[in-house]
Amino acid sequence: MIRSILLHSFVIAALVALEPVLSEYHHGNLARIMVLAVYATGYNLLFGYTGLLSLGHAMFFAAGMYGCALMIRLAEWSVGPAFVVGVICALIAGIVVGFLALRTIGVGFMIVTLMFAEAAYLTILYYNEYTRGDEGFTIAQSVRTIGGLDLSDTTTRYFAALTLFSICLIASAAVVQSKAGRVLVAIRENEDRVRMLGFDPFRYKLLALVLSAVMAGAAGAAYAVLFGYAGASFAAVQYSIFPLLWVLLGGPGTTLGPLLGTVLMFYLVDYASGTIMPGLAGMVETQFGIEAPGLASAYLLLVGVALVLLVLFAPRGLLGTVRARMIPWLP
Amino acid sequence: MAAVAQLSAEGLVKDFGGLRAVDVAAFTLNKGEIRAVIGPNGAGKTTFVSLLCGRFPPTAGRITFEGRDITAMPAHERVASGIAYTFQITSIFGNLSLYDNVALPAQRRVTLDGGGHVRERAMAALERVGLADRSREIASSQSYGHQRLLEVAMGLALGPKVLILDEPTQGLADSEIADFITLIREVAQETTILLIEHNMPVVMALAETITVLDQGRILAEGTPDAIRENAAVQTAYLGG
Repeated sequence: MIRSILLHSFVIAALVALEPVLSEYHHGNLARIMVLAVYATGYNLLFGYTGLLSLGHAMFFAAGMYGCALMIRLAEWSVGPAFVVGVICALIAGIVVGFLALRTIGVGFMIVTLMFAEAAYLTILYYNEYTRGDEGFTIAQSVRTIGGLDLSDTTTRYFAALTLFSICLIASAAVVQSKAGRVLVAIRENEDRVRMLGFDPFRYKLLALVLSAVMAGAAGAAYAVLFGYAGASFAAVQYSIFPLLWVLLGGPGTTLGPLLGTVLMFYLVDYASGTIMPGLAGMVETQFGIEAPGLASAYLLLVGVALVLLVLFAPRGLLGTVRARMIPWLP
Repeated sequence: MAAVAQLSAEGLVKDFGGLRAVDVAAFTLNKGEIRAVIGPNGAGKTTFVSLLCGRFPPTAGRITFEGRDITAMPAHERVASGIAYTFQITSIFGNLSLYDNVALPAQRRVTLDGGGHVRERAMAALERVGLADRSREIASSQSYGHQRLLEVAMGLALGPKVLILDEPTQGLADSEIADFITLIREVAQETTILLIEHNMPVVMALAETITVLDQGRILAEGTPDAIRENAAVQTAYLGG
């Protein structure tokens, strides 16, 4: 327990210490990564700890994002209350979807969550009069303030993202090391046995799903106010897949895996799209005289290869492997 | 002391497709007894006790526990009200430590009682089956016999009124079986035991009453001596 508190404090302190030394570019990246890591942390509670694979988490991210952004755009609410509305929207979505989707298991659960998310995505497109559909809308810099702080300022934005991430990281660590957390892990391992120990698995799975949805919604709402944009692409299916990939990479069922996975995947995509793939396209052109304009932008190919390798050789993700080989107490 | 019915079933039927797996007209388990359920392979023993503890719903019939109709009660509530079941196929949490395995049921009991210490309760359950000094080890790394004992410890940590043990001695060494018999006698001081068992010496050493199932029906019921002498039972086991 002490070791776990020290470890999480150290990670948060490291993120604070990084702030003054980061370049402008990495500064913005890391703020974005921390917000997305909140999303991944929520996803991990459901997938990594409880063993439920959702393919529809984008709907919770989008519920938070639009719940917040539309209150600012249409009702002209200030950031604080609008953020709370966003989180409440995700909470309600989590409860409703949980009650229906948790009646299914395994592949059924994946498909039902996928379908709900698709319906949410289409709903956002349908009401494009308010949501501006795919194009989305920006939130003016002038209204992106909280308690007199300008959230578009890079330092403020960094610390706002860090605050939210720290809260979610600590909450996630507290949940998984609590009595309820022990039941969640047991459900992942053997649900039938948990039932025969007198626990109602449905209640615990609903708890995990709702917590997960709330974190996803908080991330969506924070994204809208920190980066000043809301768009339907955040509700599309790839935004349901991303947290799964981040968590798989970092280590499902580890508290710090989601952050690590998000950082690595973010920079892998960044490096692949900016350097590796254009370089590869150039090489193909000079060596073989074939023009391959598509190759330069095919960075997802590299991401795909990375994931296949990961699933084949490190199915527990990076921190899961570290825990299995070196540090058994890793939370 | 007059026998007090604790767990009973009437007209209990379970069909799987066209197959009638269980068809028990009347069954009564008395408070404080050690009852063995025996029968040839495929006689419906596991299905029968699974209906009692609620792992699946019966096709027809009624189950009563301490005077309450529990036929429609979900399994987890039956467990909470005092019916514990230990699995025939070892069903422990392999990736967790022995302690964490028993801490789950201990935690459930403490929550239900509204008091007590999870740690004490969990360690007491491990102590009883002789695994306390291995509490930090991972469950899947244990020998088969120890995993069976852990399974029993998980049942004990629930502090049940009725403990249903599904072939608990399967795969145990002879020396472990002797300890197991002593353990069950001890547990039976405060708990009713319903035991499915293939090992006849264990049945004869423990059971006060034996229920014989064959093709889903109760073929005979009586004291160990009476069952040993019963011609119908001999036919069912040895083939007629």
